[in-house]
Amino acid sequence: MFDRFFLSLRDAKVPVSLREYLTLLEAVERGCADFDVERFYELARTTLVKDERHYDRFDRVFAAHFGNLGEGAGLDPSGVPAGWLEALARRVLSEEEKALVKSLGGFEKLMEELRKRLLEQKDVHRGGSKWIGTGGTSPFGAMGYHPEGVRIGPVSAGNRTAVKVWDRREFRDYDDDAEVGVRTFQMALRRLRRFTREGRPDVFDVDGTIDATARNAGLLDAQFVPERRNRPKVLLLLDVGGSMDDHVETVTQLFSAARAEFTRLVPFQFHNCVYETLWRTSGPRESRTAATAEVLRTYGKDHGLVVVGDAAMSPYELDAPGGAIHHWNDETGAAWLERLVAHYPRAAWINPMPEARWRAFETVGRVKGIFGNRMFPLTVGGIEQAMRRLARATPAPPPRAA
Amino acid sequence: MELRNYVTTPDLVTAVQAAVALERPLLVKGEPGTGKTVLAEEVAASLGKPLFRWHVKSTTKAQHGLYEYDAVARLRDSQLGDPRVSDVRNYIVKGRVWEAFEAPEGAVLLIDEIDKADIEFPNDLLQELDRMEFFVHETREWVRAKRRPLVFITSNNEKELPDAFLRRCFFHFIRFPDRETMARIVAVHFPGLQEALLREALSLFYGLRDVPGLRKKPSTSELLDWVKLLVHEGVPAETLARADAQAPLLGALLKNEQDTATVRHAGLRRSRRA
Repeated sequence: MFDRFFLSLRDAKVPVSLREYLTLLEAVERGCADFDVERFYELARTTLVKDERHYDRFDRVFAAHFGNLGEGAGLDPSGVPAGWLEALARRVLSEEEKALVKSLGGFEKLMEELRKRLLEQKDVHRGGSKWIGTGGTSPFGAMGYHPEGVRIGPVSAGNRTAVKVWDRREFRDYDDDAEVGVRTFQMALRRLRRFTREGRPDVFDVDGTIDATARNAGLLDAQFVPERRNRPKVLLLLDVGGSMDDHVETVTQLFSAARAEFTRLVPFQFHNCVYETLWRTSGPRESRTAATAEVLRTYGKDHGLVVVGDAAMSPYELDAPGGAIHHWNDETGAAWLERLVAHYPRAAWINPMPEARWRAFETVGRVKGIFGNRMFPLTVGGIEQAMRRLARATPAPPPRAA
Repeated sequence: MELRNYVTTPDLVTAVQAAVALERPLLVKGEPGTGKTVLAEEVAASLGKPLFRWHVKSTTKAQHGLYEYDAVARLRDSQLGDPRVSDVRNYIVKGRVWEAFEAPEGAVLLIDEIDKADIEFPNDLLQELDRMEFFVHETREWVRAKRRPLVFITSNNEKELPDAFLRRCFFHFIRFPDRETMARIVAVHFPGLQEALLREALSLFYGLRDVPGLRKKPSTSELLDWVKLLVHEGVPAETLARADAQAPLLGALLKNEQDTATVRHAGLRRSRRA
């Protein structure tokens, strides 16, 4: 009955199975949907979607399939505050795109044009080069209305009733790719649980006792072991260079989540790229610097290395001795990064810049290469992947010929 | 279905009704303090069925919910020559699931905080929740539900649940209530609360949730505790309206000193949105 809807859900990467689909049909048959489209939406969601992260994708597929049921849904285009879009665009746009916006007459002109088109446009639109919708190449595409980002609901002129529930996209923030708060990060960081036995032996060891008693010719020889505790060791290097200013808030959230989750977290700071000196995040000002070589000696291979930085820098900072902006460095940044990767078999680079923009910077690709492709976006999904990679050691990639 | 002391949203009602009609478990997720556990209590009360609550801890095994064999008691009894020792049934201790299966009029079974347990825990319960039956090895008997109990499962998202388990459940995510719903929730708990006080309390509460950088945002249950304190102490609405970061009894809302410092630093804002 709703086969196409079911298949589109699977295409949209909502993990639904045949069993759930049959459950939905059964529920509809029993009259749970009440022949009401909103009830049907709620019923389909509770049956087919098992994770709030997929609610948003479900909403979008539902809108595409059943959006035209009932009276027209609408969104008042004049209700989109200009400043709101502008602030968003400023965050999302790259330099090239900003230039493009300028060539089209600046934000105000664009907003005016957008309003005009919104009023002209009567139905949902995908693709194409003029209308506002998903996957198009109209100037508004360049403004960052990517399919997962801000979407403008279907417009029905003259009949502006309330926006339908699936068009409200209230669950956008719960999607995997969304950047969210401390607690969500903490959940993602939990992937790196590493249980070790350390400290006072106070738990009775059954196997050990049987073994020792047998060796002791049957005379009881009780054995104790320390309790198993979650003790992953993590060396965290944070980029505090200028281009990181945009990401301060998410990085702070990640940092406080990491501090709460890992009892053995050693944080250091660096500027743009790692060289011979690192900075401690606390302590008296004069003793804040630490030699990188010393840090490598102090925190051994049993630590996981997590670098948080946008890796967006001038190629000289990576390639040339003396390329660092703040001081003279004898060895290149690339050499230091390779040393780090060689020293820590478990390493990951977390990049707060949206993944779509990585290609815009040559150095991002270079650093990703040095890290053996272990670069992940600073999103919940990205952190989870990073932690999964950190949990297993990867041999360092062979050093490239210089 | 009428829930007297619980404010529902239409999608939650649909989910509960689907779970009742198809006799499948309902998995409820949501921020801590949004009333996941209370939902099961209220549904049980409104259906007039007994509630069996199984609170899961990190050490809980699936077997604990079915039954346990008290071998130590049997050993002791055999030393003392107790006649009961000959029948193993005397040493089978029923778990919450078994009790729920036995209820003659059907029951509501709440498996609370399932994500706290070991990752294998939900998989170990698949058959039991699907077929509503299990086998007791010691007595070689099948235990089958007289009437399929309505099963509520809550999760705080600390672990991901296995797909096979999820496929068998209905799912509902309780979102943080918006202001209007919240006003109704408070009204249910404190009928006859002064409207001015409610308005001030809510605008302070939502303003507090908007303070950036809070480590733990206050939740519904904390709001209810706070309102209870306000009522108990007889704090008038005007005091709340004038309050700054030292607002009365903020300790009920902020649970650690960093958050208190953050709020003191950021200043107390009020959220006036309707």
